[in-house]
Amino acid sequence: MNTDLLQLLCFYLFGGVAVIGALMVITLRNSVHAVLSLVLTFFSMACVWLLAEAEFLAIALVVVYVGAVMVLFLFVVMMLDIKQEVVREGFIRYLPVGVVVAVVMLVEMLAMIGVRAMHAHTLGANPAGASNVAWLGKALYTQFLLPFEIAALILTVGIVAAVALTLRQRAGVRHQTASQQVAVRATDRVRVVKMAVEQPASVLPAPVVEPTQENAP
Amino acid sequence: MPNVNDILILLPEIYLVVAACVLLLLDAFLKPAQKGVIHWLGIIVLLVAAWLVIDGQPPQSVTAFGGMFIRDGVAEILKVFSLLVTALIFVYARPYLRDRAIPFGEFYTLTIFATVGILFLISAGSLVTVYLGLELLTLSSYALVALNRDSPLSSEAAIKYFVLGALASGSLLYGMSMVYGATHSLDLATIHAAVGSTEWPQLLTFGLIFMIVGIGFKLGAAPFHMWIPDVYQGAPTSVTIFIGSAQKLAAFAMAYRLLATGMGSVGVAGGSEVLVHQWQLMIAVLAVLSLAIGNLVAIVQTNLKRLLAYSTISHMGYLLIGLVNATPEGYSAAMFYAISYALTSAAAFGIILALARAGFECEEIDDLKGLNQRSPWFAFLMLLVMFSLAGVPPLFGFYGKLLVLESAINAGMLWLAIVGAVAAIIGLYYYLRVVKVMYFDKPTEGTDVRPQSDLSVRWVLSLNALALLVLGFTWGPLFAWCQKAFV
Repeated sequence: MNTDLLQLLCFYLFGGVAVIGALMVITLRNSVHAVLSLVLTFFSMACVWLLAEAEFLAIALVVVYVGAVMVLFLFVVMMLDIKQEVVREGFIRYLPVGVVVAVVMLVEMLAMIGVRAMHAHTLGANPAGASNVAWLGKALYTQFLLPFEIAALILTVGIVAAVALTLRQRAGVRHQTASQQVAVRATDRVRVVKMAVEQPASVLPAPVVEPTQENAP
Repeated sequence: MPNVNDILILLPEIYLVVAACVLLLLDAFLKPAQKGVIHWLGIIVLLVAAWLVIDGQPPQSVTAFGGMFIRDGVAEILKVFSLLVTALIFVYARPYLRDRAIPFGEFYTLTIFATVGILFLISAGSLVTVYLGLELLTLSSYALVALNRDSPLSSEAAIKYFVLGALASGSLLYGMSMVYGATHSLDLATIHAAVGSTEWPQLLTFGLIFMIVGIGFKLGAAPFHMWIPDVYQGAPTSVTIFIGSAQKLAAFAMAYRLLATGMGSVGVAGGSEVLVHQWQLMIAVLAVLSLAIGNLVAIVQTNLKRLLAYSTISHMGYLLIGLVNATPEGYSAAMFYAISYALTSAAAFGIILALARAGFECEEIDDLKGLNQRSPWFAFLMLLVMFSLAGVPPLFGFYGKLLVLESAINAGMLWLAIVGAVAAIIGLYYYLRVVKVMYFDKPTEGTDVRPQSDLSVRWVLSLNALALLVLGFTWGPLFAWCQKAFV
């Protein structure tokens, strides 16, 4: 068994797992399971990227997406109380049409482009024997400097948009102001009231506390 | 390696980004009563950027960052007009934003960021720049559409826009990956040189199809127009005007860069004749569908913003007719059309903005009933705009249509020109209906539509609408400028 064949087999294995994972994301009823399938899809794609000798991107995918983004996602999904039936409404009804369209497109593309075309190229070779990270870093700051900067702009817009859409200044919201809390003096909070000494009541019985609805355990 | 010259070529864009960041910070430190400053600064920033574009224009076409960024005549004209139109929008939007308590700072900075996206899209010389410029533009636009947070209609429009926009971006990216696979290059000039000799012409065709789907979505051409009416109606009018005018210039630029620069034109060496004929045919189909659907569905609309949305779809049909020609003549006609449409549409939405006030949107056609009795001047301005949109001589819009149809005839597509002419006659009906409502209908009891008293809005709007009339008589220099850009 030569290495090319092994590589091809691995490609199909990881590719297959990725596709199955992606299908599970949209078909599973339990949303936590769906998120976990998405993790599986990302992980398989990272393996495919490893095969393509893009080690840095593969690791970045695992660290950033699987490690950080998806965990956050999982938190959100677990905290939300989503009604499955409502989300799923119409899924089965539209499924046949969707499947037909997808299959026709796949067949057309395979017929037109051909399966062989996919194999004609070996996956991207490592340029000039440099390490992957070094090459990527160099490309990002020379050849792709402009796109890199525009991507930074897009992230800025993302932050501005997120703040603009969620930050609300409602009236009557109770919040703490640290500077005011620190600057407070005892005289502002406690007022000592001088009053005449009360005479003890002679024979009044102590009031009986009735157990109310709120107090009851 | 990038050097100082590259930065000088990008000066307008860099300036605009820095200015947007400064405005953003300024907004955070200003007291609510002082936020009006942002408005004037925003307009000044855009006008200075337009001056930088004209002033620093190199005599020849130059590229920066290894061909990623092109600064040529086409870029100059489109950038100047998109900056000017955005400045117009800022003027029109102020009373509307103030009445509805839409955050000032966010609106202005996000719009400027979107304009930066437009500029990058116009100057894109590689698939990566096209995609990133587009994302910068659309991401800002999604947020802008949702900016009126208390309106459910706005949020719904934003979600629809976001989902369909993401679909379009995905389709575009998929097409780009196929083109990259077939030509081994991201650079549009290199792709153009390689399309004739690719080993996989089918792969290239598939890539082309997916890219045209993406372009169709962004232009709002049928059958990819579903988002246009809902977004136009749901978005705050101050945002609709931006999506409906300045963004159309960007969409034209994107179509031109991807198709003409990347895939090749008729009679240009290096490209593939087969591929050019393929994209010509696809664009022609999109054009005919847009003309038919846009004009026919617009007839039954009662909401003015929805009517203008369907009218946009039909106008994109005319723009595409210009592109179909696939020669510099056709491109210059299409660009002229895009500019005339952007100016006219800015005036149309500007009038809607000027007639709206707190708690009243003025977006139904019936709201305009008897406008002539209340404000004859605004009724006259609206008349000019509607006639220009309909293509009534001697207004600006007429010459746009004329040039586009002429280019179709010269390309040997007489049938396309006939479809365009018939569609223009159908379109006349619903534009004239608006005019009829304004001049001949009795005003409805209880509504009192009066234009804003803001002086800057009145003056600039009058200038904008009268420019449509003046440019109708003196369109020659502008068209000559457009033609010169494509030589």
